[in-house]
Amino acid sequence: MMLSKGLKRKREEEEEEEPEKEALAVDTWWLDPRLPAVAQAPPAVPSNSLLDLSVLKLHHSLRQSEPDLRHLVLLVNTLRRIQASMEPEATLPSVPSPPEAPGVAADSLLASSDAALSASMASLLEDLSHIEGLSQAPQPLVDEGPPGRPSGGAPPGLGALDLLGPATGCLLDDELEGLFEDIDTSMYDSELWAPASEGLKPGPEDGPGKEEGLELDEAQLDYLLDVLVGTQALERPPGPGR
Amino acid sequence: MAISRGLARRTVPEAADIISTVEFNHTGELLATGDKGGRVVIFQREPESKNAPHSQGEYDVYSTFQSHEPEFDYLKSLEIEEKINKIKWLPQQNAAHSLLSTNDKTIKLWKITERDKRPEGYNLKDEEGKLKDLSTVTSLQVPVLKPMDLMVEVSPRRVFANGHTYHINSISVNSDCETYMSADDLRINLWHLAITDRSFNIVDIKPANMEDLTEVITASEFHPHHCNLFVYSSSKGSLRLCDMRAAALCDKHSKLFEEPEDPSNRSFFSEIISSVSDVKFSHSGRYMLTRDYLTVKVWDLNMEARPIETYQVHDYLRSKLCSLYENDCIFDKFECAWNGSDSVIMTGAYNNFFRMFDRNTKRDVTLEASRESSKPRAVLKPRRVCVGGKRRRDDISVDSLDFTKKILHTAWHPAENIIAIAATNNLYIFQDKVNSEMH
Repeated sequence: MMLSKGLKRKREEEEEEEPEKEALAVDTWWLDPRLPAVAQAPPAVPSNSLLDLSVLKLHHSLRQSEPDLRHLVLLVNTLRRIQASMEPEATLPSVPSPPEAPGVAADSLLASSDAALSASMASLLEDLSHIEGLSQAPQPLVDEGPPGRPSGGAPPGLGALDLLGPATGCLLDDELEGLFEDIDTSMYDSELWAPASEGLKPGPEDGPGKEEGLELDEAQLDYLLDVLVGTQALERPPGPGR
Repeated sequence: MAISRGLARRTVPEAADIISTVEFNHTGELLATGDKGGRVVIFQREPESKNAPHSQGEYDVYSTFQSHEPEFDYLKSLEIEEKINKIKWLPQQNAAHSLLSTNDKTIKLWKITERDKRPEGYNLKDEEGKLKDLSTVTSLQVPVLKPMDLMVEVSPRRVFANGHTYHINSISVNSDCETYMSADDLRINLWHLAITDRSFNIVDIKPANMEDLTEVITASEFHPHHCNLFVYSSSKGSLRLCDMRAAALCDKHSKLFEEPEDPSNRSFFSEIISSVSDVKFSHSGRYMLTRDYLTVKVWDLNMEARPIETYQVHDYLRSKLCSLYENDCIFDKFECAWNGSDSVIMTGAYNNFFRMFDRNTKRDVTLEASRESSKPRAVLKPRRVCVGGKRRRDDISVDSLDFTKKILHTAWHPAENIIAIAATNNLYIFQDKVNSEMH
């Protein structure tokens, strides 16, 4: 059974960074207060070790099963600051570019970490959004009108579809397609069902609308039933009870 | 101030015993703690009696119950921690006490009642509750209530589930005593205490594109008197005061409290250390108290440009930020507290130290919560951290501070000088005996 618990970061990071300590100049700041610290004399260019440390932390945080959002956001913002001061002319790509090959030469560290970082930050944040969409099965109704008016009674038992309230602020809109990608819906993809872009739940106010949308008329229903009955007759002789 | 030590609990260091929240009720008679194992322990103050002057007003265990259990989120394949993030008491409206407790995802309303009498003398049942043989019943009697040993019963009255996608960091009961709010990293919901299947979203800072996420909600609280006002703090160090009368969705703040960055203190860690970890309204409702990594600040609701007071909690750490970033301590979230008269503020620090600042005299003190340095009824000795230069005998040097011993959770009695300090898995209750005699 796959069970992943959100791990405590502190001890793990200490263990991970043990071998790194000798390479990191930060260690000496801790032991020897005479050395100028980052805060006292903000350097024009931060050391590569600070960047490395931040990237390491970010990747570690990304690997968590359920990343702490505050920790992640603060890390990302700090990294952006570091990167901005290292390359003031370069702009961070707003569109995530595909990450470069893992074996990157040391002299192009900045460029590759920039792209890989943006890509991993972007993909992580997108993942969060996607995962959040999946797990939003039961959620409070988003209130857009005056308080006291929930967005329509939802019959129980519809599960994930319950929460499609008014379109604004509804987080499942994008993920709906993705939710059902792997389910074969060819049986249902026909005129039988009213094509509804929103509000898949049949609330009481949807009554008249539903009838208009449904293209299934009585003739088609009869035909369908005949087919079903006829098919069964073809497959086997009627049982004794029939 | 002479302070004597109260009681501590649990000496075996187990992870599940780590205290994660501490909260006095509105009279201070009860003190609730929540821990990492999902348990709530309630302490009750013994009434002061002249017969036993030594046990004047000490807190004893009143009730213990399991509030939250670990859960499994099947869609994400994740375990939901049972750790209690926050406890908030409801104002008492009848003989029973009620409190809200929350973990990362689910808030529960608990009712605590006392039973000290039981009926005796049933006609149809015997003492054990078994039906009597009717032929043995020759006369009718009226059952009477007889005293019994006090029994405290705790029952879950409401479960407010599935309201949050992200981790709940705060809950706050409204002064109307009918509603409360819960806040996670990106959203704040308003609940009615009697309704569990629906909540109203009143703040939503989730960007349309998660790549644009740069700020999260860190804490929130209702105003103590104005039921339409609440404040929430952010990871960027800003406070937003919102008025629920203005709009249903309070994404537009009524007031934004933000202090401009001090250019001389600028570093790569400026944003992390400016992140507000706790916000508390004063009892008067006129001020707000915030805690960020290195300071506590007092804000006047009428002035948005800057705090009116700033107190340094442990400025000697400013030159160590890089190391604290490395070991993740820079992300620690400390709480803060007002005393009953809003004249003294308190917050925790490292090495089991906690700090108090007197707003009137501008004096501050550092005290330590540990069994080694305080014996029962002894007076706590002020501590000092030295940063080089002359070192006095009992001073601690910055480099010998133990960063694993952090006082994140503290609480102050609503009226008296009694404080509760959570030091990992130990609870310390300190009382100011001298002052209480002087009143």
